[in-house]
Amino acid sequence: MVRLSDLPEVDVAHLLGKECDAFETSPWVTGPPVAERRIAIVTTAGLHRRGDRSFDIRDTGYRVIPGDVAAEDLVMSHSSVNYDRTGFQQDTNVVFPIDRLREMAAAGEIGSLARFHYSLMGAGWLPHEIEPTAVELAGMLKEDKVNAVLLSPV
Amino acid sequence: MRPPRFLWVPFDLGRPFGAPNEPEFQAKVARTALALLERDDGPVLLDDFPEDAPGGPSGDMSGWVCPVSLPTPKAEAGSALLEEVFAEIERLAPWYAFALEERGRTTFGLCKRDIEDVVRFLDGFMDGTPDNPLPDVTLGEAVRLASEDVRSWYLEAATAQPGAARPRELADWFWGETAVGRFYLALQPVLATHADERVRQVATGQFVPRSQRHRQG
Repeated sequence: MVRLSDLPEVDVAHLLGKECDAFETSPWVTGPPVAERRIAIVTTAGLHRRGDRSFDIRDTGYRVIPGDVAAEDLVMSHSSVNYDRTGFQQDTNVVFPIDRLREMAAAGEIGSLARFHYSLMGAGWLPHEIEPTAVELAGMLKEDKVNAVLLSPV
Repeated sequence: MRPPRFLWVPFDLGRPFGAPNEPEFQAKVARTALALLERDDGPVLLDDFPEDAPGGPSGDMSGWVCPVSLPTPKAEAGSALLEEVFAEIERLAPWYAFALEERGRTTFGLCKRDIEDVVRFLDGFMDGTPDNPLPDVTLGEAVRLASEDVRSWYLEAATAQPGAARPRELADWFWGETAVGRFYLALQPVLATHADERVRQVATGQFVPRSQRHRQG
């Protein structure tokens, strides 16, 4: 998330005017050290494999990104035009740091990488609207024995 | 919204791990975020990442110049503008090819057409309704994906030159200095009055970024 002082005024006004749900509780769990964690990336950047369906503006679904995905197979069809794509165009890791996590797994800094990672299109949803998708994803992550998720919004 | 663990980073929107082709910096961001998992002083942890992305903060304009000198803008609309766009594409094509070779990938291609055909599809709205090139999606989505494709193609070509251009400089170049930027700005009001509701929605919210709408006067 950028500093508000680095954004044009119209974008500042838009972001500050956004409606945000208030939560009464704060979920909190602790777990094993990072070196023992199995980690998945979940991004709201609207990424998907080239052959997958592109994201539509009212799309609450997700796309599966296999752990062995090749960078050239990843494209972005997020509906917002108000953020930078040029970083991702030059290097997928600026949004989806799969190579960094592969390196960290090889070096023993993290336990392992998930078999599958997931992508959603993050614009315009209030938490309760996207919750059923989140619950479904959580179930699949558990099946994959994932016990830590790196969330990557744009 | 007070998520349990959150690392705030001062990077441009669209670059949550800082900057492209900066593996050490990206790893540092990932490591810092994951380290929050080992902290037990929650239930809410909001930490700040202390460093700016390589290349400086977004507001720090470093004076990037496009590798291709484009002709002085002329046409505001019509077939003369379309010809300028095609001439511009011809000048940028070697840079796009270079980017593709260098990176081994492209994010262009959502419409599964070449760049000239994608532009022609968009231009078809200037005096009617062109055939949808993507039968699996609505006409409005096809407009959105086409506009995404053209921007991707241009910006991948523009960033082929060595040197780190800031996102805002690149956006200002696309919208303020290119014929295709003028083409988009001329097309937007036409799309905004199209008979198809989804096309109108795309024109209103997903065609010109908020920060560039001042160019429409």
